[in-house]
Amino acid sequence: MSDYDLIVLGSGPGGYVAAIRAAQLGLKVAIVERENLGGICLNWGCIPTKALLRSAEIYHYMQHAGDYGLTATNISAGIDAVVKRSRGVAKQLNQGVTHLMKKNKITVYMGDGKLTAANKLTVTKDGKSEELTAKNIILATGARARDLPFAPADGKRIWTYRHAMVPPEMPKKLLVIGSGAIGIEFASFYNDMGAEVTVVEMLDRIVPVEDADVSTFLEKALTKQGMTIMTGAGVEELKATATGVSAKIKGKDGKVIASEFTHCIVAIGIVPNTENIGLEALGVEMDRGFLKTDPMCRTNVPGLWAIGDITAPPWLAHKASHEGVIAAEAIAGGHPHAMDPKNIPGCTYCHPQVASVGLTEAKAKEAGYDVKVGNFPFLGNGKAIALGEAEGFIKTVFDAKTGELLGAHMVGAEVTELIQGYTIGKTAELVEADFMHAVFPHPTLSEMMHESVLGAYGKMLHM
Amino acid sequence: MSIELKMPALSPTMEEGTLARWLVKEGDIVSSGDLIAEIETDKATMEFEAVDEGVITQLLVAEGTDGVKVGTVIAIIQGEDDETSAAPKAAAPVAAQAPKPAEVAAAPAPVTAPVAAPSHSSGDRVKASPLAKRIAANSGVDLAAVSGTGPNGRIVKADVEAFSGAGRSAAPATALDTGLRREAPAAPVAAIDTDIPHEVVKLSNMRKTIARRLTESKQQVPHIYLTVDVRLDALLKLRGELNASLEPRGIKLSVNDMLIKALGLALIQVPKCNVSFAGDNMLQYSRADISVAVSVPTGLITPIVTDAANKSLSKISTEIAELAGRAKEGKLQPHEYQGGTASISNMGMMGIKQFEAVINPPQAMIMAIGAGEKRPYIVDDSLAIATVMSATGSFDHRAIDGADGAQLMKVFKELVEKPLGLVA
Repeated sequence: MSDYDLIVLGSGPGGYVAAIRAAQLGLKVAIVERENLGGICLNWGCIPTKALLRSAEIYHYMQHAGDYGLTATNISAGIDAVVKRSRGVAKQLNQGVTHLMKKNKITVYMGDGKLTAANKLTVTKDGKSEELTAKNIILATGARARDLPFAPADGKRIWTYRHAMVPPEMPKKLLVIGSGAIGIEFASFYNDMGAEVTVVEMLDRIVPVEDADVSTFLEKALTKQGMTIMTGAGVEELKATATGVSAKIKGKDGKVIASEFTHCIVAIGIVPNTENIGLEALGVEMDRGFLKTDPMCRTNVPGLWAIGDITAPPWLAHKASHEGVIAAEAIAGGHPHAMDPKNIPGCTYCHPQVASVGLTEAKAKEAGYDVKVGNFPFLGNGKAIALGEAEGFIKTVFDAKTGELLGAHMVGAEVTELIQGYTIGKTAELVEADFMHAVFPHPTLSEMMHESVLGAYGKMLHM
Repeated sequence: MSIELKMPALSPTMEEGTLARWLVKEGDIVSSGDLIAEIETDKATMEFEAVDEGVITQLLVAEGTDGVKVGTVIAIIQGEDDETSAAPKAAAPVAAQAPKPAEVAAAPAPVTAPVAAPSHSSGDRVKASPLAKRIAANSGVDLAAVSGTGPNGRIVKADVEAFSGAGRSAAPATALDTGLRREAPAAPVAAIDTDIPHEVVKLSNMRKTIARRLTESKQQVPHIYLTVDVRLDALLKLRGELNASLEPRGIKLSVNDMLIKALGLALIQVPKCNVSFAGDNMLQYSRADISVAVSVPTGLITPIVTDAANKSLSKISTEIAELAGRAKEGKLQPHEYQGGTASISNMGMMGIKQFEAVINPPQAMIMAIGAGEKRPYIVDDSLAIATVMSATGSFDHRAIDGADGAQLMKVFKELVEKPLGLVA
């Protein structure tokens, strides 16, 4: 007789959502968390960074009040107050998850969970251990920041995202290593807050998973805001000193330059949290360090499931949540629909924002598609001009043969709120004609989504 | 809160049905589990249960109405006002909504089922995503032949690609006859104008389904037929002995009961014939469920003997008697006649010497049994008289090679000719 129908190890956006769904389906559920309910996402990731970026955005508007015919004087940004607000937001959401667990009658165990068998785990807290059994266990232990092997983060001068969220002081001259979503968001935040920011990216363009046009545009926009961007560059040496960080950076031209910074953020990727949870003894199948799962999130060990950042990419909160629902429904005996990775959108909340779903133009061509591409600039959209946000574009990539929307790529104000329109269309397998037939409200930024599709077929109206 | 009660899809193939009889009247109070109506589907007459509680305020479809499309609103129930959501106890509504795990695993409740069925007036409308339609049109795939895996059975891109991929590799002719197949489900027979004295007999739902499925099978499944002669003397002798000892238990084995078991065993011994062809892949069954063709006044139905290889002859005999009895009354439940991994059809009792049966997709084989008759027979190089029947297997040639089909026929013949294997 098991204690539970399901135990979820890890309460991030994957784990806690899986627990709620399973409880809704009538299962007896427990969740094990070693730190904060809600995991990285809402305590140390997605949500508190959005709070920080919102402050930076408002600060930016205040500095540009004149553009809107307004006057703002004596403007200043206090990092402590901005961080305090961000922590408050995280706290509120953490309590929200606590409430959701209670409402759904999910038992919460705080402590370190470790599998002792496929259906058994021990929870250890303050030296005391408790053994729990379950018919099914979902692993949702997430991931952490990858360290530079030669300069691990110390939290004082060399930071990961986590230190950057609660900085001991406002950096004056900041080095950001890595230009993925996390690196670029912090670069954008600290740049807006007044730091002098340098971004170093090993590949030949920033936000390298995005469409090349987006990378080019964003690089120009950020450079215009005063950021220094070095692509095709690598940090050869990094040392924390009493007053800052000294770095040796090898540029595109092969020359190594020594530079001094006050702080450095390392954002070069993630490492899955797969150690010390008892995986080795169970013979759980892995693929390049991540757990191998089937479309219903089953591992090769019966009764053991895995979701989120410890499984295949993309490593995004909404992917983890969606997998949580799929796994919970499959465990409860349902037949959920598998997720198509090509329909998972990605968002980066720098300024200007970046959002995308599906294949880039280059990837589509690589896959052998004959493509039709539409690209509509913010400059041609009435609402964008009224907002004073006329920079950016929306690009769509269609399969010329079938009219399938292969990908959509956006950069500009509020695009993270727009991408879902294309995501729904892609998931429902709409073709170009459906997007064209849809009526888009005026005046909105979404009209650009319409124009971009029209443009792919030579029917653009406002350019 | 009023609840619309919709015509349920009581079987996966049901598109419309006859509202045979109302078991409630307007003003009646119903609660979950109460019987509301009898509905005649394409296969059987079924009882329709209430899932919601409330008062029947309107019956919108008259008794005896046929051709009621799945999803049509047939009645309105006025439910009790739902005040639980405003209740102060936050946990209460959650508990009330949470179904038991067992219910989750079970089939969707009838009232919600119609969501899955087309609600459009055109009964043969195919549900497919715009992209799936576009790809199908480009590649000449008929969507009516594709089964959907998307939400509510919607055909999505992957389904069309899987189908056309399979079509290309295994059946190059599929693209050619699409025009025909598109018409097939609707039985494209033009109205017949004739002076010959006649009366027009309306098709039963069952007859419509038979017409559609047999047309699909003959047009989409390349059949091959393999015939063997099987000597029955040993089986008849064993049957006599068994029946003598089973008599006190009131069981009388038929030849057919024994042939069902023989087919079940043969399919387990030759697993390559216990399959379903499914586009890009094939289902290899590890259990042999035998559909037994039973003639009923309105047509034909195939109750299933599950796991026939592992059931005793007496069990098969009593099961078939019971299933066939209810089949003739139109009282079979869908799970009792839908599924099966292979079929058996016996026309021996009607004196048919030998025939070829039409495969019942997605099954990949059917065994057609002819009459057992005394024939001149060569035994030990001299002419003798033996009781012999001809058995013809029809096989889906996309899934089963001739040699494998032949192997199945050989094993079946041996099991019947040396029948002790059927009781061991």
